[in-house]
Amino acid sequence: MVDLSVTVGGVHMSNPIMPASGSIAEGMADLVDLGKLGAIVLKTITPDIRQGVKPPRVVEYTDATLFSIGIPSKGPDYLLNHTVPFFARFGPPVIASISADTAEDFGTLAGYITDPRIAAIEANISCPNLRAHGRAFGMDPVAAAEVISAMKANTHLPIWAKLTPNVGDIAEIARAVEDAGADAVVTANAILGMGINAETMTPRLGNVVGGLTGPAVKPVILRMVNQCAEAVKIPVIGCGGIATGEDVVEYMLAGASAVQIGTINFVHTAAMEQSIAWVEGYCTRKNIARVEDLTGALKLPVDQKSEQRDAVAL
Amino acid sequence: MTMIAPAKPEVAPGCFPRAENRCHVVSNESMNSEYRLLVVDAPETGLSAYAGQFFHLLCPATPTEQPFLRRPMSIYRIDRENGQLGFLYKVTGKGTRALASLAPGDELNATGPLGVGFSLPVGTKHVAMVARGVGLATLAPLARMASAQGAMVTAILSARAPEFLMSRDELEVAGAKVIEVNDVEGNSTPQDVINRLRDIHAETPIEFMATCGSNRLLSLTRDLCSEWRIPGQVAVEAFMGCGLGMCFACVVPVRDGQGNEEMKRVCYDGPVFGVEEVTAW
Repeated sequence: MVDLSVTVGGVHMSNPIMPASGSIAEGMADLVDLGKLGAIVLKTITPDIRQGVKPPRVVEYTDATLFSIGIPSKGPDYLLNHTVPFFARFGPPVIASISADTAEDFGTLAGYITDPRIAAIEANISCPNLRAHGRAFGMDPVAAAEVISAMKANTHLPIWAKLTPNVGDIAEIARAVEDAGADAVVTANAILGMGINAETMTPRLGNVVGGLTGPAVKPVILRMVNQCAEAVKIPVIGCGGIATGEDVVEYMLAGASAVQIGTINFVHTAAMEQSIAWVEGYCTRKNIARVEDLTGALKLPVDQKSEQRDAVAL
Repeated sequence: MTMIAPAKPEVAPGCFPRAENRCHVVSNESMNSEYRLLVVDAPETGLSAYAGQFFHLLCPATPTEQPFLRRPMSIYRIDRENGQLGFLYKVTGKGTRALASLAPGDELNATGPLGVGFSLPVGTKHVAMVARGVGLATLAPLARMASAQGAMVTAILSARAPEFLMSRDELEVAGAKVIEVNDVEGNSTPQDVINRLRDIHAETPIEFMATCGSNRLLSLTRDLCSEWRIPGQVAVEAFMGCGLGMCFACVVPVRDGQGNEEMKRVCYDGPVFGVEEVTAW
């Protein structure tokens, strides 16, 4: 018997696999047993009601998608009255995800949604701050830390900081949010990108730029998870292009304590359930009694620190 | 107004009204120079589909292409007797090119049935359908549903040229009276279609209208429904991300009775909306 359970950022889960924010909604319950998931991470909400950006909102690439949705949100009351009750009945811990225009608003919103049915709050500091010319809080260690401090001051719930990959040194941001009291980091959100239609000479997205996600981004985010895991003591939750159980294991070996599965849910609704089964089979085959023993178990050919690896790579 | 159509199924833990159906291709043939008909054997969950719903198809890899996202496809034929589903499609891009490569016996992974389809008020005696292009495909199951409810069905089919007209047989088998118009003969302008509908309405009052595939047909349907004070519905098409209401990529602006506009998901809140709700897509 493999013990698949993990405790990550103050949340106990029956297994390390959960959906990434925005990659499941009520419709998923029509096809998948959500009760089997390690946790249920909800779509990001904002304090206000938002319609999102102008379509088109998605472009398809090889093993990837470029999305710009703009966080459509029905606000915190809808979350507490409809979304949380809908998902809480399945059993796994429910993780809310929030975003706001200022650090203070992040704090107020975290306090407002503090509720016994919510196990933790993910701070979506990687979505663009719509009032700061698209610059995300997560691109600046000071701004990122301010968001986490404001949330910690307003709620007793664990706070997970979802980092943006669109930075030069993600470890610096991870350290900043750890110092501010974050209980875990989620590495990472989408990679900024742009699509152009050559025939019409126009952008492919209504918002011009969007976030690249899907299996194609896995090597980039896997490297960032490894860098974060070496930089902080709090757990790292891997999130980037995971589509299979093998991907989950790779992320855990790189240092992740749990993972989030996102874009592939749009294509293969069984991906999370199949990944859980695959990881269990892998542990059995490798005589690994507890899945948490996989975290950081990467065997390096030589004892190299990441700085040296960077030097080699460059 | 009482509607008879399955409402959004009650979702209880452990109950799965939709599925990734593993279907098998029965046939996949050209109907004319533009359209192909894909017929598959489908499991029970797939066959629970009703008019206006759609499936999200996993397009097969070809030697040169592998579409990453699924492709939404409205249902053209629901044949519960033979356990088959039919999809009528036009090869326009990567996804439909891949679908065209399917051969009899191949597996097709079809998630569904998805979305909210047509809902016909109980006791409707006469349904008029107007559609253009591949929009016809979406309305064929509605003709069957209406006939089964005892309604008379009149369908106006519009196309660029007579050779592109599709579905006449399918609709007639479903019990519809079919009127064909096309651009070549010059009898397919909105005014022509409006005149036809007025004549039909004068003879046997139309009590429900449905449309798909053209903004101009949507506009005239909305006007006539408003004038005749009857309900009308439109099946909207959109490029989708997930097909399950999760990614919010396929939104269209939808108006409520107070004139407020909200972005709604074609895949989950639709694809069928009231004609008065949708402005254009």
